[in-house]
Amino acid sequence: MKESLLTLGKDALHSLRDLTPIVSVIVLFQLFVFRAPVSELLSLAYGGILVVAGLAFFIFGLRIALFPVGEGLAQSLAKKGSAFWLLAFAFALGFGTTIAEPALMAVTGEAAKIAAADAVIEASPEALRHYALLLRLTVALSVGVALVLGVLRIMFDWSLPLIIIGGYLLVSILTLFAPSDIVGIAYDSGGVTTSTVTVPLVTALGVGLASAMKGRNPMTDGFGLIAFASLTPILFVLIFGVVSQWS
Amino acid sequence: MNLFIAALVFIGETARDVLPIAVFLFVFQRLVIGEPMPHRGQIAIGFLFVVLGLGLFLVGLEESLFPLGRLMAEQLTNPEFLQSVTGKAGNLTWQDYYWVYLFASAIGFSTAMAEPALVAVALKANAVSGGAINVWGLRVAVAIGVGVGVSLGCYRIISGLPLHYFIVGCYLIVILQTAMAPKIIIPLAFDSGGVTTSTVTVPLITALGLGLAEAVPGRSPLLDGFGLVASAALFPIISVLAYGQLAEFFGKRSTSTPEPSAN
Repeated sequence: MKESLLTLGKDALHSLRDLTPIVSVIVLFQLFVFRAPVSELLSLAYGGILVVAGLAFFIFGLRIALFPVGEGLAQSLAKKGSAFWLLAFAFALGFGTTIAEPALMAVTGEAAKIAAADAVIEASPEALRHYALLLRLTVALSVGVALVLGVLRIMFDWSLPLIIIGGYLLVSILTLFAPSDIVGIAYDSGGVTTSTVTVPLVTALGVGLASAMKGRNPMTDGFGLIAFASLTPILFVLIFGVVSQWS
Repeated sequence: MNLFIAALVFIGETARDVLPIAVFLFVFQRLVIGEPMPHRGQIAIGFLFVVLGLGLFLVGLEESLFPLGRLMAEQLTNPEFLQSVTGKAGNLTWQDYYWVYLFASAIGFSTAMAEPALVAVALKANAVSGGAINVWGLRVAVAIGVGVGVSLGCYRIISGLPLHYFIVGCYLIVILQTAMAPKIIIPLAFDSGGVTTSTVTVPLITALGLGLAEAVPGRSPLLDGFGLVASAALFPIISVLAYGQLAEFFGKRSTSTPEPSAN
């Protein structure tokens, strides 16, 4: 108990250090570029305290829950020796966490507006919602597929750079055929899918799996799942664009 | 008092996002592994801390830091402000937006430093590599990448360069670096792109991109506002690979890959 409190305190100090750059950028720009009085300084201080406490709590929870759960599950699944359940778990984790991602909902909503403005779809609210939902399903599916691919890579020891570079080539080729208004959305969707809770779980899954399997190095084989999860959404959304252009 | 209510709302929203994941993990453990979750109490407390922590974190950002950050993004791209700094009326060239580039790189760097998901990955990489990957060093490397990425992304919006040229150019650099960088850093570098663009970075740089696309003549916020997240996600790959290359170059004394050990 005393030890956990000590860790929590240390995490809080670290968070304070991590926050200093943001606060200094904002204060310096206020004072020297806009030459505005920092009247919001007090509110800034409140906000800062909340952010520091929040970050410390989060990291504490990460250490005692997210990391052990992700690794424990990966190890139990590896011991169970059932490839099916391992892959099913990876897919469900990727699909389930992405479909509910608030950042993704915002981006797909914007994308529907663009499509309507370009007369790709009708400008009715019904059509907009339908398009946004389809796009969201596409991205969630792509993250599920990404984690399945990533787990298969760890199981069969495929080369990560080769797959990623192959993916880049595919993205470059698809860009030529996709409608130009979806290209920006596609590239951005790779970044918005991996949320703060998913990243630690997925990282722990990969590292746990690589340490449970013989002949795998957790450093070179355990990482790379997130890389897949930021590549496949680009591919899938570009394909979505190509297909919706035809229909 | 308002802050207190806002905090409750944010914690509630975070709980709504995290609860399904937690339920899924517990059910999966019970039904598929066939054993109850080990250390159930501790895990439950941990999830509580994650929800509480993320909720407080978000309310602090939304209530104080983000409004100021967004205001600044708007002010910096405001034509009147640009006129007053450059002393020109209209016909701005891309060099006249120097405050935007400076702000973009500073805010990109500093938000990446505070990104919780990046802390998580850096902690794990440090533990797994037996200390060979330094938590602080990795985070600084990623943050530099995000800073450069956001800044160049702003230049792209201002100059009107097509996004795909820019992205494909970055891909070429990544491929070249991958051929030369030490193997141990490559998976981590590829991961770091997706990791950085999370809770903190995305909302701030999106505001900056939309503001810029609105202010620069001939750009449409609907079309050109996108692409900043993509460049913020690509440049960390380049900078982390570079970090690995530099670490190898300067650390010839310990060229052997350190064995992962419990520390």
